[in-house]
Amino acid sequence: MAYKIIVCAKQVPDTNVIRINPETGTLIRDGVPSILNPDDANALEMALEIKDKYDDVTVTVVSMGPPQAKDLLREAIAMGADRGILLSDRAVGGSDTWATSNAVAAAIKYAGDFDVLIGGRQAIDGDTAQVGPQIAEKLGIPQVTYVQEYELSEDRKTFTVQRQLEDGYEVVEVHTPCMLTCIKELNTPRYMSIGGIFADPDSKIEVVNADDVQVDKTTVGLKASPTNVFRSFTPKPKGKGVTVEGDTEKEMADNLLIGLKYKQVI
Amino acid sequence: MDFQLTKEQEFVRKMVSEFAATEVEPIAKDIDKEHRFPVETVEKMAKYGMMGIPFPTKYGGAGGDELSYAITVEELAKVCASTAVIVSAHTSLCCWPIYKYGTEEQKMKYLPDLLSGKKLGAFGLTEPGAGTDAAGQQTRATLDGDEWILDGSKCFITNGGYADTFVVMAMTDKSKGNHGISSFIVEKGDPGFSIGKTEDKMGIHASSTTELIFQNCRIPKDRLLGKLNKGFNVALSTLDGGRIGIASQALGIAEGALAKTVEYMNQRKQFGMKLSQMEALRFEVATMATKIEAARYLVYKAACDEDAGNNYAVSAAMGKLAAAETAMYVTTKAVQLHGGYGYTADYPVERMMRDAKITEIYEGTSEVQKMVIAANVLGK
Repeated sequence: MAYKIIVCAKQVPDTNVIRINPETGTLIRDGVPSILNPDDANALEMALEIKDKYDDVTVTVVSMGPPQAKDLLREAIAMGADRGILLSDRAVGGSDTWATSNAVAAAIKYAGDFDVLIGGRQAIDGDTAQVGPQIAEKLGIPQVTYVQEYELSEDRKTFTVQRQLEDGYEVVEVHTPCMLTCIKELNTPRYMSIGGIFADPDSKIEVVNADDVQVDKTTVGLKASPTNVFRSFTPKPKGKGVTVEGDTEKEMADNLLIGLKYKQVI
Repeated sequence: MDFQLTKEQEFVRKMVSEFAATEVEPIAKDIDKEHRFPVETVEKMAKYGMMGIPFPTKYGGAGGDELSYAITVEELAKVCASTAVIVSAHTSLCCWPIYKYGTEEQKMKYLPDLLSGKKLGAFGLTEPGAGTDAAGQQTRATLDGDEWILDGSKCFITNGGYADTFVVMAMTDKSKGNHGISSFIVEKGDPGFSIGKTEDKMGIHASSTTELIFQNCRIPKDRLLGKLNKGFNVALSTLDGGRIGIASQALGIAEGALAKTVEYMNQRKQFGMKLSQMEALRFEVATMATKIEAARYLVYKAACDEDAGNNYAVSAAMGKLAAAETAMYVTTKAVQLHGGYGYTADYPVERMMRDAKITEIYEGTSEVQKMVIAANVLGK
């Protein structure tokens, strides 16, 4: 029995080199390289680690985006994934998170059944962290978000994961099929291998449209999206902070209290 | 004429550039200072298929092309010339002659381990009295029953101290000069074979450069690589490919030095302005960038010639001559543009300038490249 993993991945602009046009408030995309979304790379690495451990694992990467997003699937396959499916159709363009999860859920159903679905926590271009959980809801499977560590049971039917919280983590046990969304603390993604690059990744990629995945077209795309971007802007940088000085810890605490009282915070 | 890289070549650049930034650059300064061969980096490069790029998957290679191999060496050399030459010597000087001249048995025996990076390769031609002038070889090989007996020594052998498999040239018929040389495969641990002193060099400190010593070294008869007395051709054709590797290394050193210089000039202020705003210095950077671009196309042309199955002896010689001179020019100017800081080991251009010099010397000096080129232009 093959063990099937599906990874959700998105191609995003490299925000390390991105700039915002101060006049229009929009992203300057010219000359900005596209990359595999960093959290999704962690998700893929987790899938590939499981594949390294067992002989019968297949890893399928599902993505949605313009035709050039095929590069992301080439990269994922050169890293070790078995196949890629790209949903590329004008009908799904401009989707918000709700519409995107409708489209991606349909693409996942098209990809076939799976034991575990893994995605990144969020994409660096939108930072919503909503698409993963919404996909799980629409597929009717349990989900655990913010996964920072995992263990897979011997029968491979239970994941015991550490779910990161603001002040620590909780341990959650979840049965397959399920969805996990990962954070960067989970692992260090591998590089592509040179052999993988030359093993004809294109032959393992399928580009499909909205009809192929049989998605209800009234639930995808810009028009079907309940949320719209009203305005983008660069927030003003915060003012300079104040350093509380003092020779001893007590003196510093005193000065802090004086300052807070002076500002009538306390 | 198409100056576009293929998708695969672009991906190779992306992959190696990320690898170099994360795995190689952070230790480049330390391994230079400590003269330490980076065993851990070689293991990582092996894992990602970087030790057997331009060879078929049948023998355990990555199934890539020569240009991708050149790009790999270039990207590594941008941050560490020592790491780059480990790959270059292994690939061009050991794997290639076995792939090209080996019998099917020899290929199946040696290539899978070499191309997967389980084993490291080296090449032994140079002797104290014979380098490019190969006819002066003192190392002899004599047949004794089912064994060859090798006696003599080799010097300046890249990867020497860490290699497992060596392609070695030796005289099998002294009376025939160049036509009396044969090539052999020698393994670490062969009786009578040992590693001599390790050289203390000006640059590429993290590369292991050693002597090889053969004292009544006995190896099986089937270790002869290529035909008897045809070793000179093996050596020359191997060096043609080696030149593409070293030219790529030189190109990478120059590019790395320019990148560091641009970074420095954008933050260093003198006389109330950034160095990058001063016209005289801007013009110098323009010259450096143009020389690099010119060298790049010669180097890539040589790699493409090899990929296309064309004769690449002359294009490789031109590529290496141009890239090595560019590396020396650009790194010297890079140090100059850094001023006093450039002369200290706190800035990488100091190391890059020391590393650049060897590219004008090994795999044939610049003078030897000119001999090859002139013979092509003017006849012998």
